[in-house]
Amino acid sequence: MGLILAILVQGIQMVLVLALAPGLVGFTRKVKARLLRRQGPSILQPYRDLLRLVRKEAVLADNASWLFRNAPYLIFATTWVAAALVPTFASGLHFSWAADLIAITALLGSARFFLALAGMDIGTSFGGIGSSREMLFSTLAEPAMIMIVFTVALVAGSTQLSTVAAFMVNHSTLRVSLGLALIGLIIVALTENARVPVDNPATHLELTMVHEAMVLEYSGRHLAVIELASALKLLLYISLIACIFAPWGMARQDDGLLGMAIGAVTWVGKLAVGGFLMVVFETAIAKMRVFRVPEFVGGALMLGLLGTLLLFVSRSF
Amino acid sequence: MPIVAALLSVAGLAGVAMVAPVIIARRTSWATPIVYGASFVLAAVLLVCGLLALLGGATFQGSVHLPIGLPWIGAHFALDPLSAAFLVIVDLGAMVASFYAIGYGAHEEEPGRVLPFYPAFLAGMNLVVLSADAFGFLVAWEFMSLSSWALVMAHHHDAENRRAGYVYLLMASFGTLMLLLAFGLLAGPDGDYVFSAMRSAEHVPWVSGLVLVLMLLGAGSKAGLVPLHVWLPLAHPAAPSHVSALMSGVMTKVAIYGFIRVVFDLAGEPAWWWAVIVLILGAGSAVLGVLHAVLQRDLKRLLAYSTVENVGIVFIGLGLGLAFKTNDMDGAAALAVTASIFHAFNHSLFKSLLFFGAGNVLTGAGERDIEKLGGLVHRMPETAYLFLGGCLAISALPPLNGFVSEWLILQAILLSPDLPQWALRFLVPASGAMLALAAALAAACFVRAFGITFLSRPRSPAAETAREVGRWQIRAMYALMALCLVAGVFPGPFLDALSPVSQLLVGGAMPKQPILPHFSIIPISESRSSYSGFLVFFFILMASWAAIRVIHNFASRAVRRAPPWDCGFPDPSPATQYTADSFAQPIRRVFGPIAFRAKTDLSMPLPGDMEPARLTLSLRDLVWEFIYAPLEGAVLYAAERLNVLQFLTIRSYLSLVFAALVLLLVLVATWA
Repeated sequence: MGLILAILVQGIQMVLVLALAPGLVGFTRKVKARLLRRQGPSILQPYRDLLRLVRKEAVLADNASWLFRNAPYLIFATTWVAAALVPTFASGLHFSWAADLIAITALLGSARFFLALAGMDIGTSFGGIGSSREMLFSTLAEPAMIMIVFTVALVAGSTQLSTVAAFMVNHSTLRVSLGLALIGLIIVALTENARVPVDNPATHLELTMVHEAMVLEYSGRHLAVIELASALKLLLYISLIACIFAPWGMARQDDGLLGMAIGAVTWVGKLAVGGFLMVVFETAIAKMRVFRVPEFVGGALMLGLLGTLLLFVSRSF
Repeated sequence: MPIVAALLSVAGLAGVAMVAPVIIARRTSWATPIVYGASFVLAAVLLVCGLLALLGGATFQGSVHLPIGLPWIGAHFALDPLSAAFLVIVDLGAMVASFYAIGYGAHEEEPGRVLPFYPAFLAGMNLVVLSADAFGFLVAWEFMSLSSWALVMAHHHDAENRRAGYVYLLMASFGTLMLLLAFGLLAGPDGDYVFSAMRSAEHVPWVSGLVLVLMLLGAGSKAGLVPLHVWLPLAHPAAPSHVSALMSGVMTKVAIYGFIRVVFDLAGEPAWWWAVIVLILGAGSAVLGVLHAVLQRDLKRLLAYSTVENVGIVFIGLGLGLAFKTNDMDGAAALAVTASIFHAFNHSLFKSLLFFGAGNVLTGAGERDIEKLGGLVHRMPETAYLFLGGCLAISALPPLNGFVSEWLILQAILLSPDLPQWALRFLVPASGAMLALAAALAAACFVRAFGITFLSRPRSPAAETAREVGRWQIRAMYALMALCLVAGVFPGPFLDALSPVSQLLVGGAMPKQPILPHFSIIPISESRSSYSGFLVFFFILMASWAAIRVIHNFASRAVRRAPPWDCGFPDPSPATQYTADSFAQPIRRVFGPIAFRAKTDLSMPLPGDMEPARLTLSLRDLVWEFIYAPLEGAVLYAAERLNVLQFLTIRSYLSLVFAALVLLLVLVATWA
């Protein structure tokens, strides 16, 4: 019975992240529009966009290869698996031991690998520029993420997210190293999700040209799947920050239905708060030049390394 | 006894090497299949011997003493878990390379040139692993170096290859000299050259320390540790591709074996500062190797630099192993050592796979410069697919095998706050950051390598008319690809198989990996961390299958082909695409100023001036500039000075000889 319940919770989580991800994107767009004194589209607009896109035929460039056609599904699948392994409303996910935080980072790395390759497949200059810049940012964002994982793992004594979340619920104290890790993780999250100081999700024809330039040749269902994957990634990072640094309200393994419901409601609340803060930050700051970004992300790497070093000096930091 | 069968097979390989010229002379067209076929069979026998000795326990291990070699020593051979593990790595690579080589070589001018040296090279590598005395080890080591030098010189018409061969020969002789001195120190004044005697002898700490330094110079130069790596990116690509695969995938592992054998097994108790040196060299190699790789235009040289990176990763693991071993943290030491040997095994798989892919590209398109390739995914679909697999594995992406071993090394780093030495506590997290940086750069490097070579539009007529290669090569690559997947999805049995090795080296072993549930692996204990490659693989398959089914069944599966969109400005010329250089430019701009003192000078003519604008880029190889160039100058200077000695009278020569004799006698007298 316990096993069935555990698998059920895991299944609900997988469906929930998929269902909520476009909503989160719609919410951030709405808030951003309101902050800019525009009316903005409805929160449901991303769902409508996705539905419209999947129903359309896919237009492929003449020289698109099998990799171009299959990459969107692989990107989506790896991102979805990664998102399914981050505890959202309940800690102690049944399959959370299958991949720890390092593996989740690497899974997102796999998705990025395929996305960058897909950008180069047609042989246009836009795709190449996007892939090249994406890989540049990742060369700093990925080690930064690993160092943040180190910091968190040294505090919690485990790289398993469920264990980390359980530890954080029970031992919530202020620590210097965790503060550094939080700032680093926010920088990494902004970079990985192509948000404003790094890239601009609203356009592909500015000189930003990172994420949107790579997916320029995609259309129809392929584009829909990629858009869904990037929405999932945004949800994943906000859930990750919430799970490590604000795990309050999360249902524990032995909590009943009521605990689950409370966990789900608080999780949705956290997503809304996280998305809101991100949009406020985005509207308040200007986009950086491409070669400023390595300094920005390199800062995250240094913060992560500093956090880890502090913990190597003393476990009490 | 596997050891006897192994030695007979090595003798067989040497025999094949000797009859090869005869076969070439008599029946030229049969020579290739006969030599490579025989090498394949003998390597398979050796592989079985290694597997039996590794998995079968003490009954299949053993040692042999043959009355050959130096009269008062004889030749000792032994098969213990460590040599068995490396015998498996060597002969798995040798087997697949021989299979690949049966079909390879159509584009070569003289494919027969390498035939006699190829089995000799295999015999040399196997003998290094099997030897159990210093004399046999050194002879086999030198034999391996010289036969591989002959293979590097296969294309000696090219001046660049001759230079590569020269540099290789110099570095190899230097390395062997260092090994000779190391073994001399270990044998002590009494001079017992058998490994078992060295193992049981008491070594003074400074002697052991000196042995470590000498091993780093000797074995490190063969493995390609920075700053001794300079020959590797020249020599490995110069050989025919199946030999490049062996040199990069397998011979570097033999060097790692030599290092592990001496430092962990023979040199006595390690001191904590050993770990400091090994960690610094490992982390430096990892990052510098991959930074070089990401800037290369030559596909095979790119792969050779990436070997430097992976050797660095293996040495990071070994350095961690030493740090834990000195502090008696058996479980952690076992984890670090197992992880680095597993990474050596994994690297032998995917590096061979990638070199085979480069060989296919060379056969099919006749071009190694990736700036002239492109679009090969259409002309060589199977090679593209298999090369992509190798790229995913080497970039440490789940669910393939490269990720598992790097994950294990990261887990070992997380255990190091318990180390008592402050220097190590600062160094270990830094080397963890270096490892993560190297892994991320490797991903960028292989996106570039695959994307420019196989994707986008053809950049030259050669790429446009490329043809897929034959079945032998493709099948050999499928075998390696399957092994990469198996080692990534079911790593548990591989780690269990290495537990006798870590028992031998550090006196501890990783926990027995549970076969159930779901083939997960645990580095220390279940509560700390676990990873299941099988579940990750299964979930990815299920999720992508479900997405495809749902969308195709309930939405649309219609496809229309059209010209590329490219934001409304499609350009018909392939020259407008991103090139390899432009792809690497941002990375060069960020890391280049530190690593290569990169400088770009832009000279813009004044408005109205008809002069062309010029962009000059200068990259400096600091290792060459600061270590090798002064060394070269010093050698030349000394040679110039000592030139006087050539023109002395016979009396002066005699007095010099006398003075040397007196000096040596005084030295011996004071020593004793």
